[in-house]
Parts: sequence; structure tokens; C-alpha cells
Amino acid sequence: MSASTLAAAGRRLPQRFLPVVATVVVFLATFGIGSVRYQDFASGQVVANLFIDNAFLIVLAVGMTFVILTGGIDLSVGAVAALSTMIAAATLRAGWPPLLAVLAVLAAGTVLGLLMGLVIHYFDVQPFIVTLAGMFLARGLCFLISVESVSIDNTAFRDFATGTFVLPGDVTVTYSVVVALVVVAAGAYVLHLTRFGRTVYAVGGSESSARLMGLPTTAAKVGVYAVSGLCSALGGLLFALYMLSGYGLHAVGMELDVIAAVVIGGTLLSGGVGYVAGSTAGVLVLGTVQALISFEGTLSSWWTKIVIGALLLAFIVLQRLIVRQRQ
Amino acid sequence: MMRGRLLWPLIALAGLILLNVVYTPSFVELRIQDGHLYGSLVDILRNGAPTMLIAVGMTLVIATRGIDLSVGAVAAIAGAIGCTWIADGGNVATAVLLALGACVLLGLWNGFLVSVVGIQPIIATLVLMTAGRGAAMLLTEGQIVTISNPAYRKIGAGFLVLPIAILISLAVLGGVALLTRRTALGMLIEAVGANPEASKLAGVRSRTITWTVYVFAALCAGVAGLMISSNVSAADANNAGLWIEMDAILAVVIGGTSLAGGRYSLAGTLVGALVIQTLTTTVYTIGVPTNVTLLFKAVVVILVCLLQSPRMARVVAGRRKSPVSAPRSEKVAAG
Repeated sequence: MSASTLAAAGRRLPQRFLPVVATVVVFLATFGIGSVRYQDFASGQVVANLFIDNAFLIVLAVGMTFVILTGGIDLSVGAVAALSTMIAAATLRAGWPPLLAVLAVLAAGTVLGLLMGLVIHYFDVQPFIVTLAGMFLARGLCFLISVESVSIDNTAFRDFATGTFVLPGDVTVTYSVVVALVVVAAGAYVLHLTRFGRTVYAVGGSESSARLMGLPTTAAKVGVYAVSGLCSALGGLLFALYMLSGYGLHAVGMELDVIAAVVIGGTLLSGGVGYVAGSTAGVLVLGTVQALISFEGTLSSWWTKIVIGALLLAFIVLQRLIVRQRQ
Repeated sequence: MMRGRLLWPLIALAGLILLNVVYTPSFVELRIQDGHLYGSLVDILRNGAPTMLIAVGMTLVIATRGIDLSVGAVAAIAGAIGCTWIADGGNVATAVLLALGACVLLGLWNGFLVSVVGIQPIIATLVLMTAGRGAAMLLTEGQIVTISNPAYRKIGAGFLVLPIAILISLAVLGGVALLTRRTALGMLIEAVGANPEASKLAGVRSRTITWTVYVFAALCAGVAGLMISSNVSAADANNAGLWIEMDAILAVVIGGTSLAGGRYSLAGTLVGALVIQTLTTTVYTIGVPTNVTLLFKAVVVILVCLLQSPRMARVVAGRRKSPVSAPRSEKVAAG
């Protein structure tokens, strides 16, 4: 089915939307498999749970989309998220008011991202290495704060974490989902309707052309890492709400999930092409695969990794075919 | 030029060793017991052997402007195959051959994606990095497979005066150095990394060369995986070789090989791997919680990369060339 639908969609839609459409098709297909196989799968609550369980991943994926759009990569997101859970837990334990703790976390993440961006741009060191060092740095800082896991007991924080509200159709949703959706909307707004966002696309398309056009390329190249740092910090906060603890080993390997989600969402790693909506769909695909495997019950969790690897491969090959066709 | 690049890593290594000597004076002592050489320096070499081996494979991959993120997963797969085969009653030689054969296949797969399909190396190998650990878990059925086989244990924990693991790594390093620097192969690899199109037009079989380096990297990862699993007599699909790809890449970069491809230094990789392993050991001996090692690693990596960065080189070169017009080099630094 998917081949003919894809071809038909390709004729009607501009080709740049094709990868995103493919992601949505894959999401619907995996979800369809679930609905056919399991009675309770096709319910509003399962969809809501996809958002609830992956809210932090969506936020991280938005930040990563900015970075990958400029042709860079940020390997530090998982570690910065872990650091955020740690800072939140430690400051709350020290008796800081929740709002101040949240601000401290967001500031720390943004500054860390900004520093990495500055080093990447001004010292001309590859993003891969700088953000790898950033990853080590953030994890190291976590353990410097505490080697043990620190639980979060603050009542206001706990209320926000466990608080839910009911949407029409008896679907329960947490506040993290709202935060994640707001971040996606804000990301889309910044990318498409601000000067900064357009410069990000231009830098990813061709940095030298963008510079010759007089666009503020430096601000964009450095800024995307700050955006990614901010998103990682916010994602870390959501993760802290989800786990109600801070720990240096939280979110290990999450950067790979995030990069996989962004790539599955149709963002080209060479930069210049991609949408936050695609990345969100990518996260949902990963979430559905996980949900399917847990619904199946007999399959072990490592199948998730294999399936994600296979999906990643399929999407990369698809991207490759599109790029080749364009040439 | 290469000697200049090795200056900072060598200073870092000397500094680390000095720090250790100040902290524990017995650090540089070596003693021979039952025909085995013992001492902290030997331990560093032994523990660093898998990283060094993987870094050698990684050097060649990076020289062709590629990168291989899957080496950790490949190492885990090799260990899983070796240990499950022995646990099921197979003999050591077949276990090693099977594991290495599988690694060659995985390397062929990576190389196929990069050189034939034309996918960016970082992503092509990300596929196997993600799926590979899953495959390793599948082989071990999610368990940690433990074995007790003295012959297999020799690979990672055995001694032949020096630890066998380090002899293997040094032999591979030496072999690669001879093969690539005494023949044109090294130059061809660098040509592919510097400009794949131009080298193809010049008659270099760039596709074959790219493909081969990925197979070689996977093979190195396989041997390293056997060392790791043999050292603890167990295959842990989740944790064997975890983050070793990062350590290996760091070792290569600290050694002065540019991630942009086109030139490489095996001696640099050797020094880089030693810096990383010495750093890890130093943190252990000083008694800082082991997890904080990451912090020190980050600081060393950032420092070495900054000192080696093109901008820093320009500033230094500017100062050296025109000592009279110092203000101009200041301007370079600021702008």
C-alpha cells in the first residue's frame, strides 16, 4: 500500500514534504498494525500515552532539529537532560522555590549549549567532538553533584508531575504533554516566521551563500546549540517530572533516540531540510514501536532496538533516493 | 608538522604520568614475577589495549573522512558470539573464527552503506550502533553469559611477559603502520579522504578502499570485543564496549588525525589512546569517584582540541612569523 500512496502523495505535494509524509504514513501503519492485533490499542488513551511517555523526547527532538538543520549534530542532549534532572533535584532539596529551580535548570542548559556553540564556531572544532566533550562534561557534573540518585519531594513539583486533566472522550493527559506541544509550536514558529529560523535553514542549505547574502550566520550557528541546550534542559525537567528524581545515569543513550527520531522525521543530516513536525512524528513512531512491543508481551525489549535500527535504515535509504532523484 | 601536532598530547601524557608519580611514587615501578611483567604502567597498557585496537581501525576510517560509531556494538556482538559458542560446548578456535567472521560481515554491511549506497558515515554506522546491541542481546538472550575456559581467557587476561592483549594491539598497530606507510596504501587512503572525486578521477579505487577500511575497523572491534569478554570471562551485551567508540574517536582526534579526513597519524592514535587510558587510571588512583572521570576526560579533550584547533594554530603561526607586527595577530585572535 505504502508505495502507491507515497507515489500519489509525491505528485500532489511538494517533494520537500515527502519524507514527513512518509513518516506520518509509517506512524499510521505501525499504529494500524497495533489496532488490528490488539483490541484496546486503537483508543484515544493509547495515543495520549504516546505523548505522555515521550513528552521529554519530543522536546529534545525539537532542539536537535535546529542543530541538524544547520548541518551540525549535538551528542550532549541526553547528558544535559540528566544534568537538568540533577540540578532540579539538588536545588529543590536545598529548599529553593520550584520556580527558581526551574529557571536555574533552564539557564544552565542554555549556557552550556551556548558555550559549545561558541567553541564550535570560533575555534572551528567539529560539532561532533565538542558536543561529545559536552556530554562527558555534563555527565561528570552530575556525579560531582551527587553519585546517588536524588529523589524529588517538593510538593508543588510533585503536584505538577502527577496532575492530570481530562480531554473530551475520557482521555487523561498530563501537563508535560502541554509543555511538549507548546515547545513544538514555538519551534515551528521560530523556524518559519522569524529571521533567526530562516537563517538556520539558509546556513544548512549553504553556509557560504548565506554569509555572502549578509545573513547573520554566526548568530544562527551558535544560537542553534543554545536552543538545543535550552530544549535539553526543558526535556530534562520533563524527565525529572516523569521519574521524580535526579540521577547522573538518567537518559543514557537518549541522544541516539533523539537523532533517530529526527532522521526518521525526515530531516536531512546534511542540513537545510526538515521540520519540527516531522521530528515529532518521528518520536511518535519510536513510541508506537515501543508500545507495540510492550503490548505483544512475549517480545523482549531488545527488539525495540532492532526495529528502530531497521526503521532508521529504511528512512535513510528513502532520503538518499530522494536526494539522488533531485540531482 | 606531525611532530608539532603530537606535542600537546605528549605533554598531556607526561603531565598525567608525573601527577601519578607525585601521588603514588610506586607508579613507574615494574617488577617481574613468574616471568610476567607487573606494574601500573603495564596495567594501563593492558586496560587500554581494546581501545587502542579499535582506535587503529578508527584512524583509517577517519582518514577516509568517515567515522564508525558501531564499533562498540560490534565488539559486544563478537563477545556474545564467542561466549555463547563456548558456553554451548564449542571450541575456542571456532568461537574466535565465528566471531571474527561475523564482524567481517558487519564491516561489509557498514562499508556497503557508506561506499555503495552513499549514506553519510555517521548515520550509516548509527544504524548498526542502535540495532547491533539489540542483536547482541538476542544472541545472549538478554543474559550475561559466563564461561570458564582457560584458553579463551588468555586472549584478554593472558601473559607472554607482557599481557597478550597489548601484544595483539601493538602487533596490529605495527602491521598497519608497515602496510600503509611502506606501500602506497596509506597515501591512497589519504587521497580518498582528501578528495574522493579527485582521487577517483586519478584512478584510485576509492570505493574499494572505503569499503575495506570499514571491514578492517569492524575486524579490530571484533578482536577488541573478544579481549573484553575474555578478560572477564563473560559476555555482557549491554555494557561490553559501551562508549568505547567515543574513547576511540577521542584517541584518534587527540592524536592529531583530523575528522575532516585526508591525513592520519598512527603514532598520534597510540599516544591518544594512552592519554585516555592514563587519565582514567589517574582518576582511579587519586580516589575521585569513578564516574567523575568523565569530567576530567571532557576537560582534557576540550583543552587538547582547542590547542590543536586551526584558529589556535593560526594565532601561534601568526605570532611566530611576524613578531614585529604583534597587533595584527591580536586582531586575528579577536575577529
